[in-house]
Amino acid sequence: MGLNRGLAAWGLVLCSWIAGARAADEPPSADAEEAARTARWSELQQAIFGARVVHDGSAWLGIDAPQRALDAALVPVSLTMSGERPIQGLYLIIDNNPGPLAGHFLFGPRADPRSLKLRVRVNAYTYIHAVAETSDGELYAVARFVKAAGGCSAPAGADQQLAMQDLGHIKVRMTGPFVAGRPMEAQLMIRHPNFNGMQMDQMTHLYTPALFIRSIDVNFDGTRVLHLDSDISLSSDPVISFGFIAPGKGQLQVLVRDTQDDTFGQSFDVPAPAAPAG
Amino acid sequence: MASRREVLLGLGAGITAGCSARLPGTPPGRFALRTVAPGIYMRRGVDADATAANGNSIANIGCIVGRDAVAVVDPGGCLDDGHQLRARIREITRLPIRFVVMSHVHPDHIFGAGAFLKDEPQFIGHVRLPEALAQRGEYYQKGLDAILGKDRAGPVVVPTQLVSGGAHIDLGDRVIRLTAHPVAHSDCDLSLFDPASATLLPADLLFVERIPALDGRLTGWQSELRALKTIGARRAVPGHGPVSVEWPAGAQDLDRYLDVLLRETRIAVRKGMDISDAAGTVGQSERGLWKLFDDYHGHNVTQAFKEVEWD
Repeated sequence: MGLNRGLAAWGLVLCSWIAGARAADEPPSADAEEAARTARWSELQQAIFGARVVHDGSAWLGIDAPQRALDAALVPVSLTMSGERPIQGLYLIIDNNPGPLAGHFLFGPRADPRSLKLRVRVNAYTYIHAVAETSDGELYAVARFVKAAGGCSAPAGADQQLAMQDLGHIKVRMTGPFVAGRPMEAQLMIRHPNFNGMQMDQMTHLYTPALFIRSIDVNFDGTRVLHLDSDISLSSDPVISFGFIAPGKGQLQVLVRDTQDDTFGQSFDVPAPAAPAG
Repeated sequence: MASRREVLLGLGAGITAGCSARLPGTPPGRFALRTVAPGIYMRRGVDADATAANGNSIANIGCIVGRDAVAVVDPGGCLDDGHQLRARIREITRLPIRFVVMSHVHPDHIFGAGAFLKDEPQFIGHVRLPEALAQRGEYYQKGLDAILGKDRAGPVVVPTQLVSGGAHIDLGDRVIRLTAHPVAHSDCDLSLFDPASATLLPADLLFVERIPALDGRLTGWQSELRALKTIGARRAVPGHGPVSVEWPAGAQDLDRYLDVLLRETRIAVRKGMDISDAAGTVGQSERGLWKLFDDYHGHNVTQAFKEVEWD
């Protein structure tokens, strides 16, 4: 099954076929693999959080992702926080990616940090860790294992070429009825190829230069909803869903900055103007 | 297990290929060529993914023979697949192989090209094929080597003649029309039409029985299919599935699949459904109607979703 399943992606951009090949080659000792993964996470914790204690957050944090990704270059990750502890930030760490720290979110006064969704590239079978930082500075982690491989070096698809043409186009969809002071969900979509510098041009053997989103700021009428420092692991055409609280009618303001220091900004009316529900 | 399945499929193919006939004297098995129209010979690919056992002989490949020359229409899924095709062609004709058409970048169609280098043909591809090969060629080659064995994939052969819009190749009293399509099944689809036999060779713009694989733009694929229906062909040679179907009737399953995929993905996006949930709900009525459905459908939904959510 390993090979066939892995080859599902045959001929396509994704690389679960390589994942499949690796599945077949996996050493018999699952324990040794697991030990290596635990060691990797210890290293990463040390590198990112130093000596700070990282508590088990599974009682109130949730992370969901497909166990086996359909497309390693687009792995949806969904994070849920019960809301019982105030959160100031959240780290998303893809342990075995070349740049493991995929994103660091900082939440502002206009955030509803109870749910967050984004799409990432996954380069090898890996744990994905979410680490929440509470307002009192404590760290809590939760993890999910994902079987996918090759997502970082997968060649550009037709959509990435389209993203170049349409670079910086931003859309926001808001769901749920608008009630002043009540949480709403917004889905932010950004046209950006997010070239991570790992796609090789096979003719010239040069790598497509990295050009990816460095940071995203979302404010409501000038007050922070969230700030994201991102890295090479966000999928092309990033899509991020988050909660926010609008105290009244106003504007959601989005500012995106990439590695060329180009900025793309746009504002969206809240509530969204009457249009086909979306 | 895989090899048994392929053997069964390989043998079954001879029985199910309705309008085609096995050439007299050619051996049965996965490399046999069948006549689909006078001078058009095709090998049916097995409906499976690449394995060491099937040697990636999974696409329909073959040739068109004119008075003076031969055009190979997709050279095959690996170097050996190409060598096998060349040997079968040589059993049919000694005419020079002047053209090797590479219908698009996917490895199951083009990695046999190396087997024809000694013929010094024109290698013909879509104007975007070189870039697609630049981005993916070595990546596919490594992946294929990992499955078939070291160095068995074959070289990445770069097209020597590019088509943008339309072009003709003359095989001697047989002029073949080539069309370079806008982004559809992939971003570099090239189709052929042989007016002499009213045969369309759309390669992977047409899947029959085997689940389509979307690697381009769903709405683009639909519009290119509409255009191809008016070309005046009586039969078509799918990139996967039986080597000959009536045209345009043979497109009806693909039309339905793409319509369902688009319609239900739009609904999922409108409902605010997550891309991961959509993969499990969109197009489930198509399950059971296609081979390899579970292997590709979820990916197709993901592709469609990415396209539709920007509308």
